[in-house]
Amino acid sequence: MDILTALMDGLWVALQPANLGLAVLGVVIGLFVGAMPGLGSVNGVAILLPFTFVIQEMTGSYTAPMIFLAAIYYGAMYGGAISSITLGIPGASTAVATTFDGRPMALTGQADKALVAAAVASFAGGTISTVLFTMFAPPLASVALQFGDPEIFALMLLAFATFVGLGGDDIPKTIFSICFGLVLATVGFDIISGEPRLIFFDMVGFSDGIQFLVLAIGVYGIGEMIWTINASRSDDKMAEVTITAKRVMAAIRSFAGAWRGTAIGSFLGFFVGILPAAGATPGSLMAYGVTKMASKDPKSFGKGNIDGVAAPEAANNSASTGSMLPMMTLGIPGSPTTAVLLAGMVIWGLQPGPLLFSEQPDFVWPLIGSFYVSNVVALLVNLAFIPVFLWMLRMPFTILAPIIFVLSLVGTYAAYQDMFDVWLMVLFGAGAFFLRLLDYPLAPAVLAIVLGPIAEPKLRQSLLFSDGDISIFFTRPIAGPITITALILILLPLIKLIRDKLRARRAPAG
Amino acid sequence: MIVTKRLFCAALGAAALTAASFAAPAQAFEPNKPIDFVIMAGKGGGADKMARLMQSIIEQQDLAPRPLVPINKAGGSGAEALVHMKGAKDPNHTIMVTLNSFFTTPLRQPGLGVDIMEFAPVGRMAEDTFLLWVHKDEGVTSFDQFLETAKSRGSDWVMGGTGKNSEDNIITDFLNNNYGLDIKYIPYKGGGEVAKQLAGQQITSSVNNPSEALGFYESGDVIPLVAFTDERLPLFPDVPTLREVGGDFSYFMQRSVVGAPGMSAEAQAYYTDLFSKAYQTDQWQKYKADKSLMGDFMAGDDLKAYWMVQRDRHEAILKASGAIN
Repeated sequence: MDILTALMDGLWVALQPANLGLAVLGVVIGLFVGAMPGLGSVNGVAILLPFTFVIQEMTGSYTAPMIFLAAIYYGAMYGGAISSITLGIPGASTAVATTFDGRPMALTGQADKALVAAAVASFAGGTISTVLFTMFAPPLASVALQFGDPEIFALMLLAFATFVGLGGDDIPKTIFSICFGLVLATVGFDIISGEPRLIFFDMVGFSDGIQFLVLAIGVYGIGEMIWTINASRSDDKMAEVTITAKRVMAAIRSFAGAWRGTAIGSFLGFFVGILPAAGATPGSLMAYGVTKMASKDPKSFGKGNIDGVAAPEAANNSASTGSMLPMMTLGIPGSPTTAVLLAGMVIWGLQPGPLLFSEQPDFVWPLIGSFYVSNVVALLVNLAFIPVFLWMLRMPFTILAPIIFVLSLVGTYAAYQDMFDVWLMVLFGAGAFFLRLLDYPLAPAVLAIVLGPIAEPKLRQSLLFSDGDISIFFTRPIAGPITITALILILLPLIKLIRDKLRARRAPAG
Repeated sequence: MIVTKRLFCAALGAAALTAASFAAPAQAFEPNKPIDFVIMAGKGGGADKMARLMQSIIEQQDLAPRPLVPINKAGGSGAEALVHMKGAKDPNHTIMVTLNSFFTTPLRQPGLGVDIMEFAPVGRMAEDTFLLWVHKDEGVTSFDQFLETAKSRGSDWVMGGTGKNSEDNIITDFLNNNYGLDIKYIPYKGGGEVAKQLAGQQITSSVNNPSEALGFYESGDVIPLVAFTDERLPLFPDVPTLREVGGDFSYFMQRSVVGAPGMSAEAQAYYTDLFSKAYQTDQWQKYKADKSLMGDFMAGDDLKAYWMVQRDRHEAILKASGAIN
């Protein structure tokens, strides 16, 4: 009951006009930053961090600037879906999985449904995770501490397994795609030994590794654009969407069909989010994979399944709340954005860590209250803007294609401020088109380049611990079950194949 | 009447402007575009936090006419940042916040062709300190007990650190070589992650900076055994220095701002002035005290001399550990 009273007080503070106004402003800024390809929540928060001093001076509290920054974070999670769906370019790294099904939905005239599903799922994910956060923050912090290197590696293995172990896709090609992504993920300086690896032609640009967004924007921006041009060769294959209040209402009703993805995304996203080093991008990709696996109709994923939009969107919002947890209770950022927020808290003179909840309740509870408020605000603002986003879709493709091209270039440059990455992105885009002609799935490569840099050091750190003995992944109480589940999922298609062969042999006999 | 007064004011203003422009040849340089503020480490680490604090102080106090734009270049223990600085197109608008990898990385990778003495010595903002930390459930409360326990456990005693041949690795090597220990060293991405690994007892000890371990120290999860400083730290008055318990070793990490090679003398003077103002602000002084940072402001030839000493020392350390020949 203590928690409830504290939460009520916190909500009351969060609803004060100044704080509410900051939440609205933050959400709107976040929405646009998130919708801009290349710019994500981390850019928005980092750029506006110095501005929060003004807020702090005006309001005289630490809470107000933090509410503002947290609102940008959430707004960006909502906004990322917009360009993923309407343009097919991921607005932010966290929204890559949203393009898998959001884009096909837009191409078949269901953009309104996809946008509404993204908004409502984001809201559900954000709210469910905030409730979990409110009730279990301190105990969950100690769970996060139990996750050592072998546990995180086992979890990453599980994420890969969800992509391999699915029926439908061509499995050898999926594995090839994962390996391609993993190779790209090893480029750059090795964390463990400090040695340079795969620095092609001694180009300095490779020394920091191949950034995930470079591949993602290349594949989904440039690659998709060339694909559409090739497929249509004429103007405007995009289905028209008319905007009426009735259609929006119908879209909201159709969201009921996405409950499964939303639920999986909300809980899985939160859990992945609280683990340091993971963050919202792996969370949304994993949620997509698991939802596809749990679906009755996995084959429709990638072709415009509403669950495929809801799951990653619920997950990235849920994970962004989740990643606040290790930041506040352990002082460890769970995502790049929380790293900047953490810097902000330090600058304001707060000491994030195990004692924050007991020593700074005046800071913590209004902030938690603002999570609830920001999510409601973000949902309303987002729904109100949907007609504008749909209007963008009505542009003929001859106009849209150059816009996508320019946004891809600008977005990549904005993310890393390096022309090298822009060229690389264009190269990946062209390559993606040819791989797609040959029917290679590219989502697994994107997954691999996100998870590879997390999984590889964890694998090697674990093996350093055990002096090279792989039993460390099986004997530890948390890592063991996860590893075994992952292995079963990877082997499942093989077992299925053998079973089908046996059956086929028995059938003519009997 | 009004018109004449206005005219008069305008004339006065114009006169003042010309006077000002004539009177300030010493401060000839002023940034005329945003300043690239390169950070030699990833987002969220100690260097990053400090860089963003400097940026915020300069912004808040309105010390510079153009904003500082932080850019993280973490690749290869700072190799990427050093190469970026070396090739900076506009050295007068490119500065960097450095760690000790400023010394070690060019030594370990001569192929980079980086000579740190070509960098402009803008200002040393602080020296960060190191302590030896263990988890409270380890039952170790003194350095002697640590030596005893670590020795008996051999390579089951695990030190977490921030990369191979990093500051943490140098201290671990020192302990292993001088006390006959066989501590296993496991590198992680950053000091924050190391602190978490220790709090969760995934590793048995760390040599975190105070700013990284402070949260878990205050909650009582981890305890400091010894400080690798010359004098006791005001924040940890009960923790002895290594020198007090018989070791002949102290180790600091510089937190300096440097200008890109080729920066003009005027620009260097401007940035030194800028950062010495930032250094004197209450916020910076409070941060220094809160996070147990040492070291006074240092710039120009003094800072270069300090670099020379540090580079020689790191060369000796890396040679002793076999990292370089």
